[in-house]
Amino acid sequence: MLELITFSTLNGVLYGMLLFMMASGLTLIFSMMGVLNFAHASFYMIGAYFGFEISRRIGFWPGFLVAPVLVGVIGGLIERYGLRRVHRFGHVAELLFTFGLAFVIEELVNMIWGKLPVDYRVPPSLDFVAFRLFDTTYPAYRIFMLATAVAMFVFLLVILKRTRVGLIIQAALTHPNMVAMLGHNVPQVFMMVFGVGAGLAGLAGVIAGPALVTQPSMAALLGPILFVVIVVGGLGSLGGAFVASLLIGLVQTFAVAINVSLADAIGSSAASLFGELGRTPLAQIAPVLPYLLLVLVLIFRPRGLFGTRET
Amino acid sequence: MKKFAVTVAVAMGLTCGTAAAQETAKLAYIDPLSGGGASIGEVGLKHYQWLADQINAQGGLLGKKLEILPLDNKTNPQEAVVQAQKAIDAGARYITQGNGSSVASALSDFVTKYNERNPGKEVLYFNYAAVDDALTNEKCSFWHFRWDASSSIKMAAMTNYLKGQPSVKKVYLINQDYSFGQGVRKLAVEMLKAKRPDIEIVGDELHPLLKITDFSPYVAKIKASGADSVITGNWGQDMALLLKAAADAGLQANWYTYYAGGAGGPTAIKQTGLADKVHDIVEGDPNTAIEAAQAKEAEFRKKYNIGIWYPRAVNEIRMFAQAVKEANSLDPKAVALKLEGMTADVFDGGKGTMRKDDHQFFQDMYLRSFGPLKAGQTFDEEGTGWGWTVKGKIASADTTVPTTCKMDRP
Repeated sequence: MLELITFSTLNGVLYGMLLFMMASGLTLIFSMMGVLNFAHASFYMIGAYFGFEISRRIGFWPGFLVAPVLVGVIGGLIERYGLRRVHRFGHVAELLFTFGLAFVIEELVNMIWGKLPVDYRVPPSLDFVAFRLFDTTYPAYRIFMLATAVAMFVFLLVILKRTRVGLIIQAALTHPNMVAMLGHNVPQVFMMVFGVGAGLAGLAGVIAGPALVTQPSMAALLGPILFVVIVVGGLGSLGGAFVASLLIGLVQTFAVAINVSLADAIGSSAASLFGELGRTPLAQIAPVLPYLLLVLVLIFRPRGLFGTRET
Repeated sequence: MKKFAVTVAVAMGLTCGTAAAQETAKLAYIDPLSGGGASIGEVGLKHYQWLADQINAQGGLLGKKLEILPLDNKTNPQEAVVQAQKAIDAGARYITQGNGSSVASALSDFVTKYNERNPGKEVLYFNYAAVDDALTNEKCSFWHFRWDASSSIKMAAMTNYLKGQPSVKKVYLINQDYSFGQGVRKLAVEMLKAKRPDIEIVGDELHPLLKITDFSPYVAKIKASGADSVITGNWGQDMALLLKAAADAGLQANWYTYYAGGAGGPTAIKQTGLADKVHDIVEGDPNTAIEAAQAKEAEFRKKYNIGIWYPRAVNEIRMFAQAVKEANSLDPKAVALKLEGMTADVFDGGKGTMRKDDHQFFQDMYLRSFGPLKAGQTFDEEGTGWGWTVKGKIASADTTVPTTCKMDRP
């Protein structure tokens, strides 16, 4: 039991941190530009494929450094030459633009790398067992993923809270017109934020690619849950996204580990009122729980856990 | 514009159909050629085109060329029925399909009804991969023939192998939460209970279909259960990701799977480094096949750069050709009457029989494990340098399962 709890916690935290790497960019982009970027998870996928392509030519570490930058540049270019033009037609147009973009990216990936998963490996330097607990091993690569995510969180926090750029970004979050009046180039700030957001998603892809499977459906698998994270955490709140990511990671992992059904909790006669649902173990409905959380948060606390304005 | 294009396409299809109907015997291949299933559907199509080339090189069917008519069903039952009608309009009297039991069920139903309404113009349906038991039991049809082993045959073969493995004591079941996965789980529980009552089933898990990105929580649970073996019907990414998570956690269990050999599976196993711990159950294996089959395997790999995934497709086309020859006719009804009960040489060696009662093919099955190529083995998979090794051969007689089929014969 202790073993299950320990590893469920580790796995939950890791999954949560992975979500956070993507959600942080998404929530910044949303709160600043008002764009719900449906293509955000696609940058994660591009990151994984770039990482794969570079790692098989030069090595994992160059890919780890270069791929996120490339993805960031692509993100910036998409903002500059796509999103900014669409911007003047309003939010619906922007939404549709990112929606279409996600499909275009998926199809491009299909064409270039094929439909089968690619052979993206963990680098040999990290391919060992980090520690062994109760006879279960924990791979070093997962520790590395965790460390990268934490480093990124600290890095973002420092930039936003301690630097001049962060100051401008924070100001532009709430008063973009005022910031522009003061002589700052707000569109450029937007482009930068979009680029960095995409780059972070790309970084998440580069490190998640070898641990999970790098394939064209990976974006669609992770996309929806990101929206849950930013809504639950509160739009524009980095701390909120952090807490919500961990919360969802842990909820999902622990729910899988629990075999209790409603019938066990309230007695089978009472549970029979719910029909099939009464007998379904929690483990089986685990993947739905985040969405349930989304619905509940929207009803009872629309601004999310740490949000400052209504969703 | 779209309407015009459709009209032109239909018109062209019709004219081509009538013009060519005299010279060729058409076999419509109705499987996904676009969308998520396309990577599998394309490979299947290559098998059939390659097999048709062989038949044609030997003079075709009664002097007529065998022509494969590729049609895209997008893994969708409705679309498959539309395409089947299109195939019939183009002059095809034979249909083959494999991906998805829901599609197979719709096609079998369609063909049966069509034949009732159009006596003298019957159509035959050859199923090469849809494994739902219903197709040869409660939903069986005279016009449907299945060369793939049904889900219960596969489980019967697997459990017969496990009967001789006393080291297996605690089994964990993990399956996808839909009709097929639930079926596998039910069969496993029943058959293990009958053949190895001493085996303890320490876990019985259903997870959402194709939605899990990280199986670590599930693997932690398997680990905590103390299982020494895992039985799963998972396919596609659900198989690959599950194995990956298992390797990360250092889970040293043996895996008994239906589809670890599917597209991307070998790559995933190689990555995990689970040498000779992942097993699958198949009707043919290149490394132990008879010489003739190995020569064909080499030829196919050279031409398409993939292995023969479907030895059963070879059996299907060869038996089809033989039935045509014996019937001395291309009439589907005459061919069907020759096919049922037919005993034929199997591609990988040995004999197989198309059971008359339910039109299910029975042959020797092989339980294999995947690992580094052993001495004398020549075929690896997906360029990994690893290949399959046969661990146990389950004789055709040991895979025979009863049927409830009550067939309406014409």
